[in-house]
Amino acid sequence: MGRIAAFLRQCVSTPLNAVISAAILVWLGYAIVGTVHWALLDAVWSGPGPQACAGVDAACWLFIRDRIMQILFGTYPEQELWRIATCGLVALALGVLVALPWRSGKLPAVLAVLVLYPVFAGIMLHGGVFGLSVVPTAKWGGLLLTVVIAAWTIAASLPLGLALALARRSDLPILASLAVLYIDLMRGLPLVGILFVAIVLFPMFVPPGVDVDVLVRTLVAFALFNAANMAEVMRGGIQSVPKAQHEAAMALGLRPWQVMALCILPQAIRAAMPGIVNVSVAIIKETTIVLIAGLFDFLGVLQSGLIDPVWIIGDQIRQTAYFFAGVVFFVVCFGLSRFSARIERRLDVGRRY
Amino acid sequence: MRLTEPRPLLQQGMLVLAVVLLFALVAGNVQANIARLNIEVGFGFLQRTAGFDIAQALIPYPHSATYLRAILVAFVNTALVAVVSIVAGTVLGLFVALARLAANPLVSLLALAYIEAVRNIPLLLQLFFWYFSVLGSLPLPRQSLDLLGAVFLNKRGLSLPAPVAEPGLFPFLVVAAAALVAAWLLLRRARRLRIASGRPQPALLAAAAGCLLALLVYPLVFGRPVAWQLPELHGFNIAGGVAIIPEFVAMAVGMSVYGSAFIAELIRGGILTVGKGQTEAGLALGLSRARIYARIITPQVFRAVIPPLTGQYITLLKNSSLAAAIGYPDLMLIVAGTTLNQTGQPLEVMAVAMGCYLLLNLLISLAGTALDRRMRIVER
Repeated sequence: MGRIAAFLRQCVSTPLNAVISAAILVWLGYAIVGTVHWALLDAVWSGPGPQACAGVDAACWLFIRDRIMQILFGTYPEQELWRIATCGLVALALGVLVALPWRSGKLPAVLAVLVLYPVFAGIMLHGGVFGLSVVPTAKWGGLLLTVVIAAWTIAASLPLGLALALARRSDLPILASLAVLYIDLMRGLPLVGILFVAIVLFPMFVPPGVDVDVLVRTLVAFALFNAANMAEVMRGGIQSVPKAQHEAAMALGLRPWQVMALCILPQAIRAAMPGIVNVSVAIIKETTIVLIAGLFDFLGVLQSGLIDPVWIIGDQIRQTAYFFAGVVFFVVCFGLSRFSARIERRLDVGRRY
Repeated sequence: MRLTEPRPLLQQGMLVLAVVLLFALVAGNVQANIARLNIEVGFGFLQRTAGFDIAQALIPYPHSATYLRAILVAFVNTALVAVVSIVAGTVLGLFVALARLAANPLVSLLALAYIEAVRNIPLLLQLFFWYFSVLGSLPLPRQSLDLLGAVFLNKRGLSLPAPVAEPGLFPFLVVAAAALVAAWLLLRRARRLRIASGRPQPALLAAAAGCLLALLVYPLVFGRPVAWQLPELHGFNIAGGVAIIPEFVAMAVGMSVYGSAFIAELIRGGILTVGKGQTEAGLALGLSRARIYARIITPQVFRAVIPPLTGQYITLLKNSSLAAAIGYPDLMLIVAGTTLNQTGQPLEVMAVAMGCYLLLNLLISLAGTALDRRMRIVER
């Protein structure tokens, strides 16, 4: 109660502030009422077809409903959707298992999951073995594709980034300078450029006759590009660990790799956590770029739906599509950054130096 | 270094061998692929006629122009959209940062909402929004939105008044340069004398002000050095003035807004690090509020934000490569797109495109480093 009172008092601390506050409140009132009307009250939620939205100056959720299967899964065959569901359920179960408060042998278990799950998900989604019919990646799309790319990129760039960060800090000068060269080169180029290189040059880099799937090329490009970003975040974390920690661990008689694995890295990763989440949020946002590679992710499906002649009935369709995409991305990215702020506070409690 | 010890030497030798082998493998594959696909090699294409149009060319780009010239046009376009977004994004970001720190909590909350909304929505979606939703729903040229009959905005882009040189332009530029140099010299002298004697130097300051005033009076006496040619509606389109293509408008607005949210957070962080103590120390010394901000707070904030801002500017430059998605003729679209398709030489074309980005990057970081070095306090 006291905080609200203080807030209100600050809003009217001077006459000028009071006027500004009043103006903002009036504007906010109009904006909120207008948005609620546009997005909810006046919006078209159901109807026989596109003509239900014609001439309505409000959101047309019918458009989203009509295309929901494409928005979620692209053109993934309907009778095979259970495979996506299985992948999701397994991921959920593993996530819960990891989140539970058990300790012994957790690290190896997590590492095993990180290595085995992508294999499992790849086999499940693509098929071709164990009697599963093949679903070519060209049929993957929508939110499924966005999640596949984002999850893969985050999971792959973490170990790659750690390896690069360690290489950069290595005592071996050639190894260190190679890592610096790689990181600086990747961070100096735009992701769209890397993606283009992967799409048009990758076929030239492999032996003649070998055909690499466009999605695989994209995944490789995303992982290689973001590994450099992750490496810089990890390096920051490693550098933030006081040198005395290193010396103390050495004095205890640990071997160099034990010093790294048991003493430095646990502290470094804790310090790097906010940065890791920042890079992850950036990865989620930049998955939209795959549109340029001709893949139809969440945004790509929405954008391509807009040129469907049946739905060219006015600006409200486009506005609805962008509003929907914006809200989804905002909820995910903002939620993730809030989550990271909470973890940061929780980890801070245990800090002793 | 432990270079001479056998183990590190062996490890590094194997590393070098692995890297060389990898490159040899890739080079071999490239050669085999080039032979198989019968692709031309080398940069000879740069001198051939490009033969395609570019919607926005700041340097002359005739029909007979070469690929090299087309790449140059694209390079300038990328640099232009990056510079405009950097400048506009920084100004906007400064205002948002100040709003975020405002005493009025509602203003601060509004700024926070702006920052979070902009930061958490992909730039590509924001560009689509500005290009297709905002610019796309503007009226046709006949019903353009206009500002004082000088600036027109419609579906086809933005039209601004164009400056046209009058005969008096050259003498004016000479006089202007002389007046500015004189004012600068006078101000420098006034500052040195003031520091040496401890007394303000009103006579010198007045002389400097006189120089600048003369510059303002000059056009009134000798006529305008520059005339403005206004855009006008001709038939179904706007003619005259400077026409700015809608793709550029969308890119500049979208990137400025996107960059401003990140820049605002950096500036806010910089202001917070300077802290209240500095203001209080200034007040204790008897300095006025304005002087404290000009002399104590701003230089320190500036110093604190230059390195992260440089990084943010490089990010903005890299983000400009999304221009290809809405058809702004930048390096990605013209070089990695059209030129690559027409020449069929992916290796050389991509090398040129990536080299251009690295060059622009280098320019920004050199500028940032130079500024940082100038501003840095020399510590003992």
